[in-house]
Amino acid sequence: MSVLIFVENWDGKFKKLSFELVSYGSKLAEMLGKEVIVLSIGKVDNSELEKLGKFGANRIISAFNDSINCFDSRLFTSIIAGFAKQEGAEVVILSNNNTGKAIAPRLSVNLKAGLGAGVGKLPTGISPFVVYKKVFSGNAFANLTIKSAIKVLTLAQNSFVLIETENSATILEVNVPIDQTMMQNRVIEVNKQSGKILLTDADIVVSGGRGMKSGDNWTPLLEIAELLGAATACSRPVSDEGWRPHEEHTGQTGKIIAPNLYFAIGISGATQHLAGVSSSKYIVAINTDKDAPIFSAAQYGIVGDAGKVLPKIVEALRQQKGK
Amino acid sequence: MKILVCISNVPDTTTKVKFVDSLRKLDTQGIQWVINPWDELSLTRALELKDDPLNQVQSVTVAHVGLVGAEPTIRKALAIGADDAIRINAEPTDAYFVAAQLARVIQENSYNLILCGIESSDYNGSMVGGMVAEFCEYPSISSVSAVKIENGQFIFTREIDGGKEVVTIPAPVVAIIQKGIAKEPRIAAMRGIMMARSKPLKVVEPSVAEPLTEIVAFELPKPRAACKFVDPENPAQLINLLQNEAKII
Ligand SMILES: Cc1cc2nc3c(=O)[nH]c(=O)nc-3n(C[C@H](O)[C@H](O)[C@H](O)COP(=O)(O)OP(=O)(O)OC[C@H]3O[C@@H](n4cnc5c(N)ncnc54)[C@H](O)[C@@H]3O)c2cc1C
Ligand SMILES: Nc1ncnc2c1ncn2[C@@H]1O[C@H](COP(=O)(O)O)[C@@H](O)[C@H]1O
Repeated sequence: MSVLIFVENWDGKFKKLSFELVSYGSKLAEMLGKEVIVLSIGKVDNSELEKLGKFGANRIISAFNDSINCFDSRLFTSIIAGFAKQEGAEVVILSNNNTGKAIAPRLSVNLKAGLGAGVGKLPTGISPFVVYKKVFSGNAFANLTIKSAIKVLTLAQNSFVLIETENSATILEVNVPIDQTMMQNRVIEVNKQSGKILLTDADIVVSGGRGMKSGDNWTPLLEIAELLGAATACSRPVSDEGWRPHEEHTGQTGKIIAPNLYFAIGISGATQHLAGVSSSKYIVAINTDKDAPIFSAAQYGIVGDAGKVLPKIVEALRQQKGK
Repeated sequence: MKILVCISNVPDTTTKVKFVDSLRKLDTQGIQWVINPWDELSLTRALELKDDPLNQVQSVTVAHVGLVGAEPTIRKALAIGADDAIRINAEPTDAYFVAAQLARVIQENSYNLILCGIESSDYNGSMVGGMVAEFCEYPSISSVSAVKIENGQFIFTREIDGGKEVVTIPAPVVAIIQKGIAKEPRIAAMRGIMMARSKPLKVVEPSVAEPLTEIVAFELPKPRAACKFVDPENPAQLINLLQNEAKII
């Protein structure tokens, strides 16, 4: 019996979220007294795979097949389900990112396994198996019992600490046979920006709202982001107005993020906006209106005009960094 | 070409959620129920596709798993422009149960494109779409921000980390949609509201399926500590707090 963790790779590399998954899975396996198996699909070097061992994996299965040429959720589901059955997995864990969200529900049906989506903590109980998750867009939480013998969980990004150990894992390479009829997605075009810090991966996010007044006022905000190594984001009206690209829109209908630090500048803090950012560990709000709801969600606040305050923050950060 | 839009019925997004029965049940008193925002956008896009005769979309159907109380929401979808509706008459206990019901209806009626939202704004499951696809043994595509039809073929744009991918998938296919699919939700016009009353709303009884999960108790978020205010003339103090108190920069 085992806990099976699926880790995605990005051009042969893992990310912090991969190690969060293994850390989480290892702790859960400890609670259950089970072995930790990590499954990677696609070509990844052994030196990269070994990193997973440090976070507690007992065994790593590196599965590949040269005919896999794009992400197809049905195909990936069948591969993961195959290993889950072979290894007697009691819990299968994926990330709650785009890929995990695409696969986990399919896996749930395939394995007749109840799904706990977007969990941020270890189960609060294992018999019965109870997970804790956000509902009503962060306005409440639920304790959800999973009643099936097998369980599928997706872990919210940036919600679990990395736990490094002395452990190392064995690596098994497997050339998996695949059923071609399961592979029906055909990619005809890819548009990818490289080099930018991804909003969903960022530890710090600097975000602007309608209080920024115009798309032309973004320079100091971008400078703050640059100085902090942060990603940039915005509220929905800002992307609707075309002041900033749609990819930056956070909130219920945009991206849901959980950075360590979120700057909300000229953002009122509507529930739909908070739905996307309320899991941030710290929120800093800058707003002219001292009664803006964003201040109830923030730990630090400045009541003031962004146009005047931001240049001063840039200055202070430059001094702090000695630049 | 037939399109199915799966709609869930959720409290209006500005609802202040409260619970009763020792935090075990949602307090439904005074709640305004609406079409899940994503599903409203899916429906809008489906109707846009139908508007263009080149696409040869014959019908846009909406399906909902829920009790009779959800009918005003279904009628609203009909008023916006859906041709007909199917309600599977059962309490939507969990995503697995809901998906099993939808899958049966889909297999009986064979749609070319099935649209589901990325998540319901109430239980934030992000589950039903993928589950429906697996039950039906159809391909699926997630994080879809655009869909069009070219020469009878579906062309999807999906969001990937740091960019976008354009993908084709043969029908029947389940698309799980997110931001971008349509600009603004289409609004019901007076004529639509009148017509909705006479559009077919078929009620079917559920098949046997067992929920795999159950919510045992809710919790409300703990109040955050009061916000610490910094003098706007002296933001260096903020940097200092972030560095030395919160220790996050
Ligand atoms: C179904 C639905 C889904 C939605 N989804 C989202 C979503 O995902 N994300 C989202 O963001 N919104 C979403 N919204 C919209 C949301 O309700 C709010 O309208 C939106 O978040 C407001 O954006 P804002 O805070 O930038 O603008 P406003 O509400 O206009 O707030 C601007 C703020 O800037 C302050 N301000 C003004 N001038 C200055 C200045 N010089 N310096 C500093 N501060 C200043 C003001 O005091 C005010 O608090 C959704 C709405 C609906 C109905
Ligand atoms: N009771 C329901 N009836 C019909 N469709 C539903 C129902 N619940 C969820 N869905 C669909 O599944 C999507 C995702 O919902 P969920 O998995 O509940 O987050 C929604 O946007 C709907 O398209």
